[in-house]
Amino acid sequence: MKLKTWKEVPIGGLITDAGNSVQYETGGWRANCPVIDAEKCSHCMLCWVYCPEGAIRVEDDKVVGIDLTHCKGCGICARECPRKAVTMGKEAAVKEGVKV
Amino acid sequence: MTLKIEKAKGTPLALDGDKAVALAMRQMNPDVVAAYPITPQTEIVMRFSDYVANGEVATEFVPVESEHAAMSVCIGASAAGGRAQTATAGAGLAFMWEVLWVASGTRLPIVMHVVNRSLSSPLNILCDHSDTMGARDAGWVQLYGENVQEAYDNAIQTIRIAEHPDVMLPTLHALDGFIVGHNMERLEVLPDEAVRKFIGTYKPEHSLLDVDQPVTYGPTDFHDYFTEHKRQQIAGMEKALEVIPLIGEEYGRLSGRYYGLVEEYRLEDAEFVTVVLGSTAGTIKVAVDELRERGIKAGLLKIRCFRPFPAAVVARALGHRKAVAVLDRSVSFGAQGNALFLEVCTALLTNGFAPKVVNYVFGLGGRDTIPAQIIQVYQDLIKLDKVGLVGPTLRYIGLRE
Repeated sequence: MKLKTWKEVPIGGLITDAGNSVQYETGGWRANCPVIDAEKCSHCMLCWVYCPEGAIRVEDDKVVGIDLTHCKGCGICARECPRKAVTMGKEAAVKEGVKV
Repeated sequence: MTLKIEKAKGTPLALDGDKAVALAMRQMNPDVVAAYPITPQTEIVMRFSDYVANGEVATEFVPVESEHAAMSVCIGASAAGGRAQTATAGAGLAFMWEVLWVASGTRLPIVMHVVNRSLSSPLNILCDHSDTMGARDAGWVQLYGENVQEAYDNAIQTIRIAEHPDVMLPTLHALDGFIVGHNMERLEVLPDEAVRKFIGTYKPEHSLLDVDQPVTYGPTDFHDYFTEHKRQQIAGMEKALEVIPLIGEEYGRLSGRYYGLVEEYRLEDAEFVTVVLGSTAGTIKVAVDELRERGIKAGLLKIRCFRPFPAAVVARALGHRKAVAVLDRSVSFGAQGNALFLEVCTALLTNGFAPKVVNYVFGLGGRDTIPAQIIQVYQDLIKLDKVGLVGPTLRYIGLRE
């Protein structure tokens, strides 16, 4: 995302467009990456409920992975998963939050 | 500007500074006033709460538990699109320090009336400028008044400065505690209707309560945009330098009393000049008149607007004098001179001037400064011009050595 100049942004740090946090990529903050074990996952959606970033990717009512451009690696999904289907792994070992 | 303004018929009254400010607040009728009493400002809040109780204003008065809360309530009220004001002094202003930055960083045009008081310790409730100088970098416009009339006039102009679309900065005006705050003087007040017309109505571009145009106030702002937002605040200050004299001119046409960034007193041909903020300008005018009678070309540059600092105006006013004394009513411990002195020196240097300049500390914790002491300062300047700098650059008025 191209950063704007001081003459282009609203004064006072105001955010004038609703829902624009999707443009702010926070994935770079992550140290550890959540990894979903598709075998164990029952698609109960608890991780989706708890994720503070809305970074759990869901398609057709199924958990399909993690939005790594926004996931900060906080580990709440791993902590809350009742089936221990989410574990926090090293960055290099995963792609899109699924074991490769 | 070609605004047609008829001069309003003023009413002469005898009031002390605090009551004059409270009266100005009644005439401005802010949407929200959140304040906590502290000497020597208490009378403003007392008197204003009378106005609220008597139904003379439509203001929501919030009797908060502290000054930190007072400013926080003002921030909320202003972000919600209302006109918010508060008043404080000394330790109260210090207690607001954290949230002063929130008000300015969020570009909320809050108005604050400050009755200058020293900062403890040792405990002291009397006047010096430690409180407002402590807030000098907080992003607030700062005006200083000399007497009760100016306190009243500045109070009414602050709201216009703060809300100017090119400025949008919180604005405070200061009056010296007790000396102006508690002394009764003659002043002329404008008719209520004239004040209402002068300040107009406030239509913020954004507000928290605007559900059709929802906005987020106070989000996290990191390395990628923080500098840009600070640069915008600097631009607001730069614009304030243009706006303040225009509003002072407009106010002049309404009241007959014109205001600029500075006031020059017998300065045209002056060789020896003092620079000061606040009520001591009145004392210096008496001393200057006396020196002029003795044939000494003395003059005064009173700074009305300290933030933003009118560097070019000050440099032009002082650049070619034989010697200049900058009088500071506060101490920046460990600095190379005190707040006003540093501003003046930087203004001179960056505009290519280098007159002889010295710094005097005076009036700390309410110590009186009398014309004889000011005359001594001018005599020091004459000596400085003749023999050059003898002794330190930083000097003291009325210190028992």
